Amino acid sequence: MELLWDLLIAPLQYQFMQRAFLAAVVVGVGCGVLGSILILRKLALMGDAISHAVLPGVAIAYLLGINFFIGATVTGVTTALGIGFIAENSKIKEDSAIGIMFSAAFAIGILIISKITTNIDLFHILFGNVLGVSRTDLVLISILGLLVIVLTILFFKELKLSSFDPIMARSIGLPTDMIHYLLMLMLSFTVVASLQTVGIVLVVSMLITPGATAYLLTNNLSEMMVLSGVFGVLSALVGLYLSFHLNVASGAAIVVVATFFFILALLFSPQEGLWVSRD
Amino acid sequence: MEESVRLEDVTVSYGTDEPVIEKVSFVLQPGSKVGIIGPNGAGKSTLMKAIVGLLTLDQGRVEVLGGSIDQNRKSVAYVPQKEDIDWDFPVSVYDVVMMGRYVHLGWIKRPREQDHQIVTEALKEVGMLEYQNRQVGKLSGGQRQRVFLARALAQRAEVMLLDEPFAGVDQTTEEVIYNLLDQISQEGKTVIVVHHDLKKVEEYFDNLILVNKEIIAYGPTQSTFTPNYLKKTFSQQSTTAQNDLVVMT
Repeated sequence: MELLWDLLIAPLQYQFMQRAFLAAVVVGVGCGVLGSILILRKLALMGDAISHAVLPGVAIAYLLGINFFIGATVTGVTTALGIGFIAENSKIKEDSAIGIMFSAAFAIGILIISKITTNIDLFHILFGNVLGVSRTDLVLISILGLLVIVLTILFFKELKLSSFDPIMARSIGLPTDMIHYLLMLMLSFTVVASLQTVGIVLVVSMLITPGATAYLLTNNLSEMMVLSGVFGVLSALVGLYLSFHLNVASGAAIVVVATFFFILALLFSPQEGLWVSRD
Repeated sequence: MEESVRLEDVTVSYGTDEPVIEKVSFVLQPGSKVGIIGPNGAGKSTLMKAIVGLLTLDQGRVEVLGGSIDQNRKSVAYVPQKEDIDWDFPVSVYDVVMMGRYVHLGWIKRPREQDHQIVTEALKEVGMLEYQNRQVGKLSGGQRQRVFLARALAQRAEVMLLDEPFAGVDQTTEEVIYNLLDQISQEGKTVIVVHHDLKKVEEYFDNLILVNKEIIAYGPTQSTFTPNYLKKTFSQQSTTAQNDLVVMT
């Protein structure tokens, strides 16, 4: 009993841990839900791209003295637009366009940060600083997370059809391009919300891994989203406990746990598991 | 006479110098079963996409049910070829058929009781009700085709366009699909089918559009399905076109 107390409850005595847990839960749900759609639309790499592309936004926002959320959203969405523009107007395919644009954006971010003297801690942006989540941060994270979830629920039908059968979606008049950019906007929001929890470099894992785990376990889109959210939250919570007790980097711990769940599903999923015998 | 689809001088080039279809004009009547026939690369699918409003026209005009396609999207159902579909997508047969109701629901709104009834009915009509909870990829080619037909049925459209619905399906499915299309046309709706195989053309369609970039002939099957027109349609050559001719003989 006392052991359980030490393991699970003791960390919650600290206010920074409480905030870290709340932030991790919101990010786990938001990333899980959005990540499901990204996986089905084969946009996992896009998740990686947008997450890196918010770096210059954060730096510029600091230079201008505005909220980093605004800068991050602007550069995130701009990069998505740039990738779309190159892929549609030249013979460069989307994967190459992603490679070019996101490394360019990332490099510009690093250039700015290395040139100006700031109190932006590059390490924290890159790898997260979930223990440093302030009350204001938590409010912002919650608003963004909630926004992503509400948008997904509202446009569930449209997201589903345009992901499954884009040609039919267009034939009934759905603006599939607009839906794509709405998704990119939501992706930018999610990345910004996740910045402090796992950091830019590892956020793609929070977006893709729980969704992929859920994908192996169900054939129903809403179930996949819910499960993905559950795995996102579980990974975040277990990861934080590990980080607290073993004194390791929290973002990395969360990602390792998420990957552990994925490997379990890969091996033992009742329908898809590699180690499950089927007829 | 009443008309359901009208094309005037439609040219589509996808932004290249070489038009895929050129100056295509025809008028279709409600209640007709129309086959679009032509060799590979003749622009059959392009023609269909132009009617459904998926393409930018270089030139010309498309009218559906007396108005623009944008005014009539609810009344036009389209069953595309399936090569872009991700068959691992987590949707059930029922979900897919429900997508036929989305155009009537509009943004954000959830399916109503009536929509569920229509979906169940459509599934019954194609004989797929017992598979309604199956993930859509876990079906045979013929069953998949029936599900997509059910989706079009659920849309309750006035004009139905199907791109090669008989390609790679089993005998039962072919019969199910044909009988349903026949029934729909008897209800006064227009059925337009891109068809690859010349064997059953006379049995299936009462009107034909013979196309090879341009319209070679269009009108009632008995006056267009003639050796002369067919030769003209399939002679502007490609090797696959020759294969089609072999099928015919």
